[in-house]
Amino acid sequence: MSQVAVEAPPKGGFSFDLCRRNGMLSKKGVPPPSYRKTGTTIVGLIFQDGVILGADTRATEGPIVCDKNCEKIHYMAPNIYCCGAGTAADTEAVTDMVSSQLQLHRYHTGRESRVVTALTLLKSHLFKYQGHVQAALVLGGVDVNGPHLHTIYPHGSTDTLPFATMGSGSLAAMSVFESKYREGLTKEEGIKLVCEAICSGIFNDLGSGSNVDVCVITKGQKEYLRNHQSPNPRTYVSSKGFSFPKKTEVLLTRITPLKEMVEVIEGGDTMEE
Amino acid sequence: MESNQSNLHNSLLASEADSQRTLYPYVTGTSVVAIKYKDGILMASDMGGSYGSTLRYKSVERIKPVGKHSLLGASGEISDFQEILRYLDELILYDNMWDDGNSLGPKEVHSYLTRVMYNRRNKFNPLWNSLILGGVKNGHKYLGMVSMIGVNFEDDHVATGFGNHLARPILRDEWHENLSFEDGVKLLEKCMRVLLYRDRSAINKLQIAKITEEGVTVSQPYSLKTFWGFSAFQNPTVGAEGSW
Repeated sequence: MSQVAVEAPPKGGFSFDLCRRNGMLSKKGVPPPSYRKTGTTIVGLIFQDGVILGADTRATEGPIVCDKNCEKIHYMAPNIYCCGAGTAADTEAVTDMVSSQLQLHRYHTGRESRVVTALTLLKSHLFKYQGHVQAALVLGGVDVNGPHLHTIYPHGSTDTLPFATMGSGSLAAMSVFESKYREGLTKEEGIKLVCEAICSGIFNDLGSGSNVDVCVITKGQKEYLRNHQSPNPRTYVSSKGFSFPKKTEVLLTRITPLKEMVEVIEGGDTMEE
Repeated sequence: MESNQSNLHNSLLASEADSQRTLYPYVTGTSVVAIKYKDGILMASDMGGSYGSTLRYKSVERIKPVGKHSLLGASGEISDFQEILRYLDELILYDNMWDDGNSLGPKEVHSYLTRVMYNRRNKFNPLWNSLILGGVKNGHKYLGMVSMIGVNFEDDHVATGFGNHLARPILRDEWHENLSFEDGVKLLEKCMRVLLYRDRSAINKLQIAKITEEGVTVSQPYSLKTFWGFSAFQNPTVGAEGSW
């Protein structure tokens, strides 16, 4: 009898089966299909009382803007927020997952979550998947040790920085930060600088656009300013609105209430499924 | 197999040997940034020539005057820049030989360079440079750019290489008509400082050149002050000992 290998059911997680085939194809000269970059500008900076995060609101599918007003600043914990760039599904899934892990950890320890906890959970997950989970994140929050700001790259490396930018518009935003950032900014100055950096990304990078979202996190308090600035309003709006030329004619109206049709048998045995 | 491929290659391109065409740049200069200001043009570049990832040459002048009315700044292959300077030398020489009181202005030199770059690109033998041409003639300020494939345009502020991504946002926000000389230099220094922080092939030794109706001045090389004292840089792992 020939040995028939039983197909083990997939245990979940990423399947690396096609990697050998991909390697062989690229050696033969067949280029791999390019990934869809979702194009983003996300920034974070530390000011005197805490952390300010900012993001644009455009989601792209190749050359098309598929969502004009999406949310890129994700909730992780009451005192920690995370901006995500890269593949939208990856950033949503990974931040959701770590957010629930943090919640469980909070129940377990009875204490406020720390930013380094979120950082370690995210970076170990991303490293485990060797960069295939394409999420580039800017993680910021305030915990017992003070304000923290970190960047996390898709392969799992992290940086601790006073100001950070990620995404396709990161160079445009970084040029604003490098020339104007200083330590000990007040809240108004910080928000203004973050808005300037995001606007720089919106107007100078094609992958970023629409509005500016800002999130200010301080000790014990957070302010989520959705669409804090809308520098791209719709310029020409018809004052008449939409009107359909011909109304549908109603010929006959008959209403049949369906409740009396269904017989509900109270008691008795349950149905065979 | 290999000789078949090279024969095919040769017959497709009809050139004697591939070594005659520029395939990759070797010694490269990084970005150049230029703006129009009240009296003329200001142009800044650093003095580095990189050989791949090594900073091989640290005193390369990448901004040169051309004729009486123009300044040429280049990023990309340094040897191609030197070749372009030889072409322009010949051009200016012939212009002087006419001895008719006219001289080639920046617009004319820009047009000449565009033709040269585009023709070389059509022969699959490009001059691997992004050029910035600035000048003043008869009170008119001119600032234009030509890339290695022949894309050319004229604008109030231009940048090449990394400057496109890092300097252009700053210039779009903060440039305005009739900048004074001091304000123009401050604006250029702001751009060069960001480039110094974020471009790996930039060095902290730059020259700023100025051209006005009176003539050209290229400054002596100098360095910018940088700031590295953020508290987050001092002890990044204060919250979690042993991590990074």
